[in-house]
Amino acid sequence: MSIPSSVEPPARTEFEPKVVAFVCNWCTYTGADLAGTSRLKMAPNVRIIRVPCSSRVSPLFITKAFERGADGVIVSGCHTGDCHFSTGNYYARRRFAVLHELLGFLGIDTKRITFSWVSASEGPKWQQVVNDTAARIKALGPFDQYPSQRGDWS
Amino acid sequence: MNELRELARKLLADGTVKVVIGYESVGPAGWPEEGPRGVRPSFITDPSQADKLVFDSRCVHNLATYLNPRRSHIVKLGKPAVVVKGCDARAVAGLIRECQIKREDVVIIGVRCGGVVRDPTLGGGLTEQNVSDRCVGCEEREPTLCDYLLGMLPPAPPASTRHADKLANLEAMTDVQRWEFWSENLSRCIRCYACREICPMCLCVQCMADKNRPQWIDCSPTPRGNLAWHMMRVLHQAGRCVGCLECERACPEGIPLGLLGRHVAEVVERRFKYKACEDPTVPAPMGVYRPDDGEEFIL
Repeated sequence: MSIPSSVEPPARTEFEPKVVAFVCNWCTYTGADLAGTSRLKMAPNVRIIRVPCSSRVSPLFITKAFERGADGVIVSGCHTGDCHFSTGNYYARRRFAVLHELLGFLGIDTKRITFSWVSASEGPKWQQVVNDTAARIKALGPFDQYPSQRGDWS
Repeated sequence: MNELRELARKLLADGTVKVVIGYESVGPAGWPEEGPRGVRPSFITDPSQADKLVFDSRCVHNLATYLNPRRSHIVKLGKPAVVVKGCDARAVAGLIRECQIKREDVVIIGVRCGGVVRDPTLGGGLTEQNVSDRCVGCEEREPTLCDYLLGMLPPAPPASTRHADKLANLEAMTDVQRWEFWSENLSRCIRCYACREICPMCLCVQCMADKNRPQWIDCSPTPRGNLAWHMMRVLHQAGRCVGCLECERACPEGIPLGLLGRHVAEVVERRFKYKACEDPTVPAPMGVYRPDDGEEFIL
């Protein structure tokens, strides 16, 4: 039986990106909490994973997020000088610098990753980071390029 | 050459060391006239065997890898003396810097080096086509981190822009082209881990690729596993890679792994003003920080 041409195809649902945010417990998580309690409106695409310090974020976390189907990643911690552990984010910054440039060298769009420093009092900044990232990833579309969980065997 | 053999004989005979790690000739003598392959790493424990030792432009191997404490079967042989070129001395310095070996536990025999070949089977000696990529622009033909320094300083290796061209070419590409380049190259990886096994700076007793709780990296040669493995390997080597390109030489699939290492080394040098060196007291760049490190990529 042929499908009558009068039937409209179902409306395509708009692409909603999945963004994983690795945030430090002491600044950004508290800042995100402040954004929430302040009732700031934020894109609902971001899933937060709380870590003890931004230097806890291994590049493996980021590749794993992409492998599991994340379209974008946010990594956020305390401003330099404000680390709960004094120096953690200085080390993290060096690591992220190398990671950032290596991703570019491999041809991965570095716009997929947002690094930011958001302090506990910067609720509005967190709102902006979330909204900007979600909008940017939405514009970029799904991250099909990254070989994901069901990576085809070559 | 005689200098090297006599020194090895003396060190073994007087009990200073238990094993001399060097190169031995396995074919008829004379290069490049003799057969193409003919040099391999050698572990001399008997002074009478010291005459086997050779050193010439086929000695591509980075013998510092045998000082790595994860090679327990070599540790068991006893105190080593190791033959190092200038570039290999950087790896020895790296092992000392990271407290893997103690300076006094190894005798370092430095040899002056005029460059090594990329592929001994091509024959014809050290030519522009056949010089190893790591020898181009070499500034350490005379090792400084050594107990003995042997040989005369040979002429500088022929200049070649092959490696720099490849890197510049890749950097000039668009993201999409670079992604295609690396997808194609990494798809050939069979995950034999030869790059890890030969690396003098891969120290971990249990590699992240061997861990399965959680399984960070797919151990089968899937596209995502290959990407994650090579990305993480080169990140673990950031500021530690000595640029010996042994990973590239060991790779049975000819993946240009050296380009990844070289790129990260350039990033580290530009950002953190660190270059792999023969001074073990210079701290590793990823283990220190400066308050004014660049953060233009951070919001």
